[in-house]
Amino acid sequence: MLTLTCPNCGVAADETELAPGGEAHLKRFGPGASDDDFEAYMFARANPKGIHFERWRHAYGCGKWFLAARCTATLEVFATYPAQSAAPPEAVLAAIRARRPGWEGRS
Amino acid sequence: MSTRLATGGRLIDRTRPLGFSFDGARLRGYAGDTLASALLANDRMLVGRSFKYHRPRGILASGAEEPNALLGLGTGARFEPNVRATQQPLFEGATATSQNAWPSLAFDIGILNDLAARLLPAGFYYKTFIHPRPFWKHLFEPVIRRAAGLGRAPREADADRYEQLYAFADVLVAGGGVAGIAAALAAAATGARVILAEQTAHWGGRAPVDGDRIDGQAAAEWVAAALARLGAMPNVTLLPRTMVAGVYDHGYVLAEETLADDPAPGHARRRLWRIRARRIIAATGAIERPLAFAGNDRPGVMLASAVRDYVVNWAVSPGDRTVIVTNNDDAYRTALALLDAGLAVPAILDARPEATGALPAALRARGVRVEAGRAVARVLGRGRVRAVQTCLQAGEGAVIDEIPCEAVAMSGGWSPVVHLWSHCGGKLRWDEGRAMFAPDPARPPTGADGAAMVIAAGAASGALHATDCLRDGHEAGRRAAAEGGSMPPEAASPAEAPHAEAPAEAPLMPVWRMPQGAGVRLAAKMWLDFQNDVKVSDVELAAREGYQSVEHAKRYTTLGMATDQGKTSNINGLAVLAGAIDAPIPAVGTTTFRPPYTPVVIGTLAGEARGAVFQPLRRTPIHGWHEARGAHWEPVGQWRRPYCFPQGGESHADAVRREVLAVRNAVGLLDASTLGKILVKGPDAGRFLDMLYTGVMSTLPVGKCRYGLMCNENGFLSDDGVVARLSEDTFLCHTTSGGADRIHGWMEDWLQCEWWDWKVYTANLTEQYAQIAVVGPKARAVLEGLGGIDVSAEAFPFMAWVEGTLGGIPARIYRISFSGELSYEIAVPAARGLELWERLMDAAAPHGATPYGTEALHVLRAEKGFIMIGDETDGTVTPQDLNLGWAISKKKADYLGKRGQERSFLTHPDRWRLVGLETLDGSVLPDGAYAVAEGTNANGQRNTQGRVTSTYFSPTLGRGIAMGLIARGPERMGEVVGFPTLDGRVVQARICDPVFYDKAGEKQNV
Amino acid sequence: MSEPATLTTVTPAGAARAIAIARLPEQGMIMLRADLGAAATKKAVKAAVGTAMPALRRIEAAGARAAAWMSPDEVLLLLPRAEVDAALAAIAKAMGTAHHLAADVSDARAVFALSDGPVRAVLAKLCPVDLSPDRLPPGEVRRTRLAQIACAFWFDAAGAATLVTFRSVAQYAHDLLELSADPAAVPPFPR
Repeated sequence: MLTLTCPNCGVAADETELAPGGEAHLKRFGPGASDDDFEAYMFARANPKGIHFERWRHAYGCGKWFLAARCTATLEVFATYPAQSAAPPEAVLAAIRARRPGWEGRS
Repeated sequence: MSTRLATGGRLIDRTRPLGFSFDGARLRGYAGDTLASALLANDRMLVGRSFKYHRPRGILASGAEEPNALLGLGTGARFEPNVRATQQPLFEGATATSQNAWPSLAFDIGILNDLAARLLPAGFYYKTFIHPRPFWKHLFEPVIRRAAGLGRAPREADADRYEQLYAFADVLVAGGGVAGIAAALAAAATGARVILAEQTAHWGGRAPVDGDRIDGQAAAEWVAAALARLGAMPNVTLLPRTMVAGVYDHGYVLAEETLADDPAPGHARRRLWRIRARRIIAATGAIERPLAFAGNDRPGVMLASAVRDYVVNWAVSPGDRTVIVTNNDDAYRTALALLDAGLAVPAILDARPEATGALPAALRARGVRVEAGRAVARVLGRGRVRAVQTCLQAGEGAVIDEIPCEAVAMSGGWSPVVHLWSHCGGKLRWDEGRAMFAPDPARPPTGADGAAMVIAAGAASGALHATDCLRDGHEAGRRAAAEGGSMPPEAASPAEAPHAEAPAEAPLMPVWRMPQGAGVRLAAKMWLDFQNDVKVSDVELAAREGYQSVEHAKRYTTLGMATDQGKTSNINGLAVLAGAIDAPIPAVGTTTFRPPYTPVVIGTLAGEARGAVFQPLRRTPIHGWHEARGAHWEPVGQWRRPYCFPQGGESHADAVRREVLAVRNAVGLLDASTLGKILVKGPDAGRFLDMLYTGVMSTLPVGKCRYGLMCNENGFLSDDGVVARLSEDTFLCHTTSGGADRIHGWMEDWLQCEWWDWKVYTANLTEQYAQIAVVGPKARAVLEGLGGIDVSAEAFPFMAWVEGTLGGIPARIYRISFSGELSYEIAVPAARGLELWERLMDAAAPHGATPYGTEALHVLRAEKGFIMIGDETDGTVTPQDLNLGWAISKKKADYLGKRGQERSFLTHPDRWRLVGLETLDGSVLPDGAYAVAEGTNANGQRNTQGRVTSTYFSPTLGRGIAMGLIARGPERMGEVVGFPTLDGRVVQARICDPVFYDKAGEKQNV
Repeated sequence: MSEPATLTTVTPAGAARAIAIARLPEQGMIMLRADLGAAATKKAVKAAVGTAMPALRRIEAAGARAAAWMSPDEVLLLLPRAEVDAALAAIAKAMGTAHHLAADVSDARAVFALSDGPVRAVLAKLCPVDLSPDRLPPGEVRRTRLAQIACAFWFDAAGAATLVTFRSVAQYAHDLLELSADPAAVPPFPR
């Protein structure tokens, strides 16, 4: 039962107020895309034991989506940040590195 | 015999006697008693029968660790099984019954198992009852189920009420002993928000019984003063009778509070606290371990701490003469308590080679016979203790002497209660000197901030001695407040911990078997797990048979299972296992500690969610009218929609038939308020809907409606509905009844996360409007009867919408049809929905005024070959499969699902595609039936070539009609395929056009 | 004109309640989605209900009218029902061509007034929210769930709360509130 702070409204929301949305920072592939790219977009999901980037919607709250960087093993939350981010912002990466020195970044 | 002493008893109120019953016998106790203390005060030493051998069992402990005294409490709808007598406060009229005994507690047929114990070793059931297989189900299992089991499930719905509460704290302290109190005092002094929860009704834990002094006061006085201070602090919440059941992710804690044992009707009995705590202090104390000697399960053999509790707290004597057997100094306190109460201690058998500490010296000074290096060889007596035979601990059990006694108080040392530390991953360390697992502060459970979220304090952290315990609790409180609170602890928290004065204690000597050289004959009578009847010999057998992992040995022997989860048995059991496989104890490790700490009543977990509020029931503005007319309901999501409106004694099928014909021949009214209505507005709204729908919406003229399909990115159909363009930049999208929230969320997801620069706002206005469909040849006449909007064919053509007033009510009318008939869907503000419905019913009266439900709706649409999301679709069906290519734009470069639909297997000519199916005999095909093909698949199952997706009796056509998905279906018109039914028949059906009625669409366009 | 509040009662007739629970069927409501920082939007709110634009999670009240922050691009305007049409016209005028969505949601929602007792303790039984007055002060809007449904509420200085939920589940919300207002089970919380 996580608590995540919604960056859109500032509420520290109970997991039961949130709806999960899977892996963050996926790039959409539409018509014209290769089979491999489309397969990766639709089905190939990271499932790391460790640092992960996820989509969450503050469904029972302000209704807005946001992204979270957290550790799937310890459930430590490094940051939550706007859904309108194509990649993790530098401040988020810095927060992760501060807690996990030597982290190599997303593979 | 066990009796009530004439004086004493710090927890009982002798001025308030209470009546209760046990197995029908009427007994008396006092306010402040537990069920266990009251039973002992009435000489009810025998309280149950063991799980497997049905041996007589008495009360072993005085708290949550009690394995034997599990009783049924209450009757009828208020019956609760497996109530731990040691934790249940006595109340007037309590009705307790013993469990696991048949036909009676005193004479239990299952005792035959005990005589045959040699034949019932570990894994007996697994080994014996496997063959022959049918015997298990029909013979062995029913007999074993009857004879075994821990209480029976209640037969009636629980009559009690339960509730839940969400709470938030900087510091949650679990455990109201002196360590927990010290922690709460230290934390609360900083201003931190503190919750202090204690599972019993009393504060102070063991300290008041153990007789230590704190800050110059008797422990009980210090506790009372501390509680008064805490109670006066606005930032402290005190929760007696609240068991902290589990610690979960991010400081989430569940705790069960008992509000009343016997609540007045309608009032809550228990409450589940759902607590978020920034720091959790586990001040949960320690549990005394039994010693493994032959006959240690006899009624009258009790934990030394429990004997002390019963004497001091409840003035209950376990018997005139109590022999103490121990491997540590703490048990001597029990001897002192007994002597102080005027009872006899014939001997203290101390397994250690020497007993020279302050406490042994104090007992010797009072003339008690203290024997070092001694052990119990066996306990004599069957239904209760008669005597003990002593022997050398270092030997094999040769009897030295026999000491007559009524009770035996045993102590094998203490195990910290590490459950809350362990639930979320905290690790343990083995303390060799004190022979116990204790929390390893270097490997704590961590929270959202990556730091330790649980701090073990007091005896739970291994600080068993009162002086250490208080200091540890105090420091834990300061630390928790510093980390979880908002003020620096230096500001207000007293730097000095409360100080306890207690005699120094000599180290214990680990004793896992008594005597150490005992052979198998004695080991087979040394109980480890009293609740599950596991003995030293069973664990040793399991080890010999290869069950060397502690988790395997647990499941093979059942050690540490069931309601107590091995609170008194785990450490002893794994020590025996370690001995049997010659491994050090820390290498064997413990089994996993999982919540809850003690069982939680299921009603507490359900909370308020039962009966009328089991789940939300969504009602349309016209719901009450339907209800008053006896509508038969169909759940659609959380909505209730009328399935049909039976009249008189009409069957549902007859009602549906009547409603369908009324619509086809005259006019019917449908409450369509549940349809999703999502407003989409903005300069990019058209562009957005072109991406969302497979068709083109941006070209829809203002004032018109268009049917649209939505797919997921896989290309599969997910929802459908009619879109109306309200203005240049505003569209109203209708969704399916169950799909409104999902589709609104889907829209917002794309707008927020992918196309966030597009200027589009959405609003889910589903509940703002009541929507009523007026359907049938007479529909126009009905609307004209109300007056207002011009509904003539010329002014208001098919697939248009108009706004105005209808009978004086502001309305928007869509001329759309899901039935093939002339049809108007009228949307009005929800608050006026009932008014409009009633006026339409009046206006329709000359034509029969037939309200119809969802089943008639389904039949009507199926007659017309219209698909229904959820019937024709199941998440693997594309619009192309449903011949809906006409609703898919060929020109658009992109829409959600387009790329997915281009995949080869979705464009394959062998796809199952939509067709109509008419049975040769006119019957109704079974729903979901498969059309079989030649041959079998790799699993030997018959090949299939399609399935039925919708099937109804058509009142209009007078025969069964169906739609289905058939391989290459549209290419096979006229072909006959077979549908096997569950009763072995094969129904033949001809593939046909799915539009069974009015193919030309003349009836809807008039 | 609107339908009467026809909610039934789930607790025994005459059962005492720890708080007063009343439905407010005459509450008018407008959803306004727009750029909340834009001058036009502030003007529209002012024109519709006479208040300033509420700050993050706040409600700005002026007599019987108020504006409540719902999300970064949405405010809920509260006003007497009879004024809704005029307010919508005023919003349209103030917004001009600026991108926005304004809709009458008076009938889409059910509004309850909770007062005269331990309102925070009753809501704490149903909402996973820290309801301590320090953490949720008067005038702050909290959108959350009430057991299994979405809701929004805020407290006034006197400790009364206004709770908004969806119309279709008004009966469920009412039942929950009644059951949770058991005067024999008022928890010692929040603090």
